[in-house]
Amino acid sequence: MSLTITEKILAAAAGKKSVRPGELVNVKVDLVLGNDITAPMAIQEFEKIGVPEVFDRDRVVLIPDHFVPNKDIKSAEQAKILRDFARRQKLTHYFEVGRMGIEHCLLPEEGLVGPGDVVVGADSHTCTYGALGAFSTGVGSTDLAAAMALGEIWLKVPASLKFIYYGELPPWVGGKDLILYTIGDIGVDGAAYQAMEFTGPAIAKLSMDGRFTMANMAVEAGAKNGIVPPDEITREYVQGRAKRPYQFYASDPDAEYAKVYEYDVSEMEPAVAFPHLPENVRPVSTAGHVKIDQAVIGSCTNGRLEDLRLAARVLADKKVHPDVRLIVIPGTQKIYLQALQEGLIKIFVEAGAAVSTPTCGPCLGGYMGVLAAGERCVATTNRNFVGRMGHRESEVYLSNPAVAAASAIAGWIVSPKEVL
Amino acid sequence: MQLQGKAWKFGDDIDTDAIIPARYLNTTDPEELAGHCMEDADPEFPRKVRPGDIIVAGKNFGSGSSREHAPLAIKAAGVSCVIARSYARIFYRNAFNIGLPIFEAPEAAERIQPGDMLAVDAAKGIIINLSRGEEYRATPIPPFMQEIISAGGLINYVKKQKKSTG
Repeated sequence: MSLTITEKILAAAAGKKSVRPGELVNVKVDLVLGNDITAPMAIQEFEKIGVPEVFDRDRVVLIPDHFVPNKDIKSAEQAKILRDFARRQKLTHYFEVGRMGIEHCLLPEEGLVGPGDVVVGADSHTCTYGALGAFSTGVGSTDLAAAMALGEIWLKVPASLKFIYYGELPPWVGGKDLILYTIGDIGVDGAAYQAMEFTGPAIAKLSMDGRFTMANMAVEAGAKNGIVPPDEITREYVQGRAKRPYQFYASDPDAEYAKVYEYDVSEMEPAVAFPHLPENVRPVSTAGHVKIDQAVIGSCTNGRLEDLRLAARVLADKKVHPDVRLIVIPGTQKIYLQALQEGLIKIFVEAGAAVSTPTCGPCLGGYMGVLAAGERCVATTNRNFVGRMGHRESEVYLSNPAVAAASAIAGWIVSPKEVL
Repeated sequence: MQLQGKAWKFGDDIDTDAIIPARYLNTTDPEELAGHCMEDADPEFPRKVRPGDIIVAGKNFGSGSSREHAPLAIKAAGVSCVIARSYARIFYRNAFNIGLPIFEAPEAAERIQPGDMLAVDAAKGIIINLSRGEEYRATPIPPFMQEIISAGGLINYVKKQKKSTG
């Protein structure tokens, strides 16, 4: 029987020859993940189950990244719950401030997730690892607690949607733009409960960082997982990093899809998602005169090295507009260091940007760039919901890093070519 | 289980940031979360909601983040159940896992008006609109989810599993 890559991974993890969309399966997980917001609740539930230890101390990863370095006393208490639990359980992979990163930038970088894995994390953007050809999905704290105890989880096999991207990417157009246009096309529930499989010549040429961005935002279309069939680009990325054996899966040529979408990327220009839904997507040239107060470059969506390089190319020898605060947040300590060595951080600081240690901070309106009533921000993050970055009367516009950098210079939302 | 209360109506795509803004996620205390429930969708809601009241919404309710604080805040606010046209998948799982009854009922979501008095037979999935004299049916809950509910939530279900496998 012909299967998609998602079905093959789930079948293997369920110990079955094949699975069908809609089928309930109990699958073994390769890795489970929690952060400083979701794990404290999971730990509380885990203790109720009454098992003394997690199923495998090498496969339960805890990363404080949302409100750390601790933003207030309550956050400090939450982070402490994580730290204490990690010590008590002797978890191999607990990442402390100064050695950590935004979880979805950090796990692939550390080689803790790989092709063919089944990963569940108590964070909706856990779907990011699909970029490596893994099945990876977000769950809540109680599901995380059960997975920490059992090393398995029940899942409904999703039907798959196939997205084929043809053509050559124009300058300043990347993974962020492809996923924004796709969400704009199918809507914020256009892939609800389904798998989004990203394929085609444009994806075959897309960098790993661009693929992470695309898979990351699959949840913004309601998807259970996003997935990119692994290839040589994947192999190059995981070789030398992977801490466990990995396996490449591929969809059968005649696998069944609930729907197939095809796009030509050749004529695309950078995309901007207007408030208050990621589906409100327009080409940047039609954005009109949107004056901004803040720009944020970072997050699990666009806090990787390629993103910082793009932003630095735009910001080199330029100054941030006097009315704009630009905040740049490298996704991990390694990315930070690499950006430092490449001179990117110097470019940001000289341009007048604030550069921060890795944190989710402003993306979810936690800290490090919360918006006042009436303020507008262009951000490389993933959500522009009401109140997402602060006051319920503030606004967030989603874009790629080059557009965010260009807009920080101009003072309103513009294409990079307008400032170069 | 018979649930009864007044309808609070919301639109489509009510995300978890609207249900419980992230600025309050530095706690897991249900009472504290309840005090800010639905605040960014309707600032009056936390103050005016009464025990038993029912949230009625459009499509894709609970989209966005995986925060279990969202169904927890709704439950702790005294809301007896949620009726929506459809749900985002993580919220759907979370609601069952923590024991917040939710119903997928497109007709109910469309017909019910703000302030309508509703009575819900949770086991049968029948929603009665006492204000309008109408009856709607919810999509049946998948059998496996029913097992989780009858076990008393996911944690109790897992406990049982652990016992049986030794």
